[in-house]
Amino acid sequence: MITAKIKGQPEALEAVIIRFVGDSGDGMQLTGTQFSDTSAMFGNDIATFPNYPSEIRAPQGSLYGVSGFQVHIGSVEISTPGDEVDLLVAMNPAGLKTNLHAVKPGHTIIVDTDSFTKKNLEKAQYETNPLEDNSLENYRVIEVSMTSLTKESLKGVEGLDNKSITRSKNMFALGMVYWMYDRSTEHTEDFFNKKFKSKPNVIEANTRVLKAGFNYANTLELIPNSYTISPAKMAPGTYRIIMGNTATAWGFLAAAEKSGLELFLGSYPITPATDILHELVKHKHFGVKAFQAEDEIAGIASAIGASFAGDLAITTTSGPGLALKGEALGLAMMIELPLVVVNVQRGGPSTGLPTKTEQSDLLQAMYGRNGESPVIVIAASTPADCFDFAFEASKLALEHMTPVILLTDGYIANGSAPWKIHSVDDMPEIKNNLVNEVKENWHPYNRNEDTLARNWAIPGTPGLEHRVGGLEKDSVTGNVSYVPENHEYMTKIRAEKIKRVQNYIPDVEVEFAQTGDLLVIGWGGTYGSLHSAVKQINKEGYDKIGFAHFNYINPLPKNTRQVLARFKKVVVCELNNGQFSKVLSNNFNGCEFIQFNKIQGLPFGNTELIEKFKQLVQ
Amino acid sequence: METAEKKYTFKDFTSDQEVRWCPGCDDYVILRSMQKALPDMGVKREDVVFISGIGCSSRFPYYMNTYGMHSIHGRAPGIASGVKLANPDLSVWIITGDGDAMAIGGNHFIHVLRRNIDLNIVLFNNEIYGLTKGQFSPTSLVGQKTKSSPYGNIQQPFSPGELAMGAQARFFARIGGNNPKDMTNIFIESHKFKGTSLIEVLQNCVIFNDGCFKSVTDKTVKEDQQIYLEHGKPMIFGKERNKGLILNGLKLEVVTIGENGITQEDLLVHNAKEQDPTLHQMLIRLQYPVATGVIRSFDDITLEERMDDVTKQVKANSNFKKTDDLFFSGETYEVK
Repeated sequence: MITAKIKGQPEALEAVIIRFVGDSGDGMQLTGTQFSDTSAMFGNDIATFPNYPSEIRAPQGSLYGVSGFQVHIGSVEISTPGDEVDLLVAMNPAGLKTNLHAVKPGHTIIVDTDSFTKKNLEKAQYETNPLEDNSLENYRVIEVSMTSLTKESLKGVEGLDNKSITRSKNMFALGMVYWMYDRSTEHTEDFFNKKFKSKPNVIEANTRVLKAGFNYANTLELIPNSYTISPAKMAPGTYRIIMGNTATAWGFLAAAEKSGLELFLGSYPITPATDILHELVKHKHFGVKAFQAEDEIAGIASAIGASFAGDLAITTTSGPGLALKGEALGLAMMIELPLVVVNVQRGGPSTGLPTKTEQSDLLQAMYGRNGESPVIVIAASTPADCFDFAFEASKLALEHMTPVILLTDGYIANGSAPWKIHSVDDMPEIKNNLVNEVKENWHPYNRNEDTLARNWAIPGTPGLEHRVGGLEKDSVTGNVSYVPENHEYMTKIRAEKIKRVQNYIPDVEVEFAQTGDLLVIGWGGTYGSLHSAVKQINKEGYDKIGFAHFNYINPLPKNTRQVLARFKKVVVCELNNGQFSKVLSNNFNGCEFIQFNKIQGLPFGNTELIEKFKQLVQ
Repeated sequence: METAEKKYTFKDFTSDQEVRWCPGCDDYVILRSMQKALPDMGVKREDVVFISGIGCSSRFPYYMNTYGMHSIHGRAPGIASGVKLANPDLSVWIITGDGDAMAIGGNHFIHVLRRNIDLNIVLFNNEIYGLTKGQFSPTSLVGQKTKSSPYGNIQQPFSPGELAMGAQARFFARIGGNNPKDMTNIFIESHKFKGTSLIEVLQNCVIFNDGCFKSVTDKTVKEDQQIYLEHGKPMIFGKERNKGLILNGLKLEVVTIGENGITQEDLLVHNAKEQDPTLHQMLIRLQYPVATGVIRSFDDITLEERMDDVTKQVKANSNFKKTDDLFFSGETYEVK
């Protein structure tokens, strides 16, 4: 099915999008990760997007059991994993069926023909074999009997059962793709040597299969060309590939070191936030106290206790968990203690779509508590800047004595990208409001005149013994007070304290056109999609379109109104039914906000954004 | 925990807040017993923390001149756990009631006991909801008429002690709410014990459940109806000190010294430190006499000790001293 038109010289490409798909047990996440790491080491910019079912091992061959990993690599700046793919590697019919729609016509599909059995075709609900019925004639299909070739290459390796032989076929596919994109197998071989240190036969098997795939692609006449992608132009420095959740965890490690406080995490496992817990429990060498509690409520409760006792305290969760934490978060707000709550958003409502991404917890973060209960809300926008915003959330919590909700989402939390490593020495200072001296007329609710943050007297400090609690308290003494005027005063002070955070956060920046016809607004994890769409449409000559992306949601940056006024139209793009748009409407009377919403558990696609923007400026 | 140099009196632990429980409430006895016990614990005032949930009992921290938090309903065990793990040098007390600990906070209650963090839990059990004005609680008796059970409670109650034993409690004590002398001693014992200790106070609610423990705690009957257990001492009770407990098959039996050839040597000797909880459970379940005092006090490793061990080990074997060591480790690459 390889036609003459695709024969020719090696192609030089700016960027390419590859998707590996197979059964959830086929090792597609590993294959994709290896390919992206190798490419990053080579100097490419990358963005990745794993997409997997919530079932750990869904029935083999089923449509809903398909697991995929998409990687976008390039010699130019890459800001998203991309939408339409250039190369699809499908390890079984179900993978082909569920992903074919994403392949650009004329582009390449590699399939393992051994898996196209009658049984697997039935499970994938194919009536006829797509490899035989001409339904793929718009694509270049490379048919490889990968399973048999894998078995063949492993002849003579001792101590492997049939299952592990079959399972290493993903390395055959990886070897082929390495050759196609002119990548060395070295990084992956190193990986085997480290990972299977005590199992030399496993190292040998995987290495052999990887090389077999590489050589197969090299020698096979059926693959007429290879592609080269040069290194991207990136700022000089030391880099590593980092996943969003890891970056979040590391941001907290950095904040603890910078602030000189010990880090306490109280958490309960929930998809897709659990990897932050997994990461932080490893770092006992930095004195991290990670406490897996009996439920979400105990998770935040323990963090509140640790904060009361003087730790940098955090709790991590996803949407349903934030709902459970609501009452305790209100307590932390009321007793004005520093606390960071990370919500790695997923599809909602209720259990929703646990493994899919969405931005639908914004209003919950803003308002999901009883009473007048403002907290700081910020959002990270890329896998790498999860580090910066975890650090920033800690800084704001400690300096302003308030809970901070940090919103990330499944897309950036599981995605990975190059991160220019930040040394802690280069991070900004973190002050705190600790007090340890007994002064005349000291009260626990004495406030900093500028920030209105109350002072932080922790147990163990002689002479500053005091009680806090969820009941309203007197503005001066901190004792319980039911005085009507006092309650109103305290409510306003708590609101004003959050409002004043505006004085300590950066202005929102506008990229591309600074004034003009259309301002594209986004927040949080959609930065990559929106940035690349606005960039592309500007290249196409639509140069009156600007882009403003928000990381600070509550309070909003000071210059927001002024930015809005510079454009004729404003479109707010978000992966929900218009929540940030509501927040903006509440804050800026008289501005009209056009909404562009997507609620499919998926990130924005480039094409749909560009179409929308063009329609709005026509 | 550092020892206090200063000798405190109960006044040092009394805050300037007016106590607002109903006149005649046993809570006053508990408060005063605690204020009296603290000077004898040898702990510095600034190292003492009281964490409560919601309910009448949970006003307690406001009346103690120590660090304290009046938190939210049922969640004090979580908050207290965080305080103690953040700073293991503190003496941390949870103040709770039967609704707070066993209804809304039931999950936290069993898990805090299971983990064995060095915390002290004082459970004010009055078999009723007081602050919401008289609904049945998880310890109310079947048939008990309350605001939410006008025809009699139809829900089976928990026995706090049995629930605690099911949750692997290492320390359990029970005491009448009108017995400040023994209560003070029990608080001191609880403080000394390394691990989670639970003290059930049989606390009379004068307004909504008056007399609920009268048949056991009333001064006229308590010596005959209660057996006050002390580690290493024979299980004797009664005004005449002539009654005792023996094990008959799989049951505890009340016997009288001097009858049927029974002497003091035949009686069981209380071993609170025994790991096997079987006998402790039987004592907890006993209806006559009702067992009070420290019923179980089994020394075991605490969670914070385990945490500390692991941390020390990891620190000793790790090359990561600063976060930079981690960030720049492993697979990094240079862009020029």
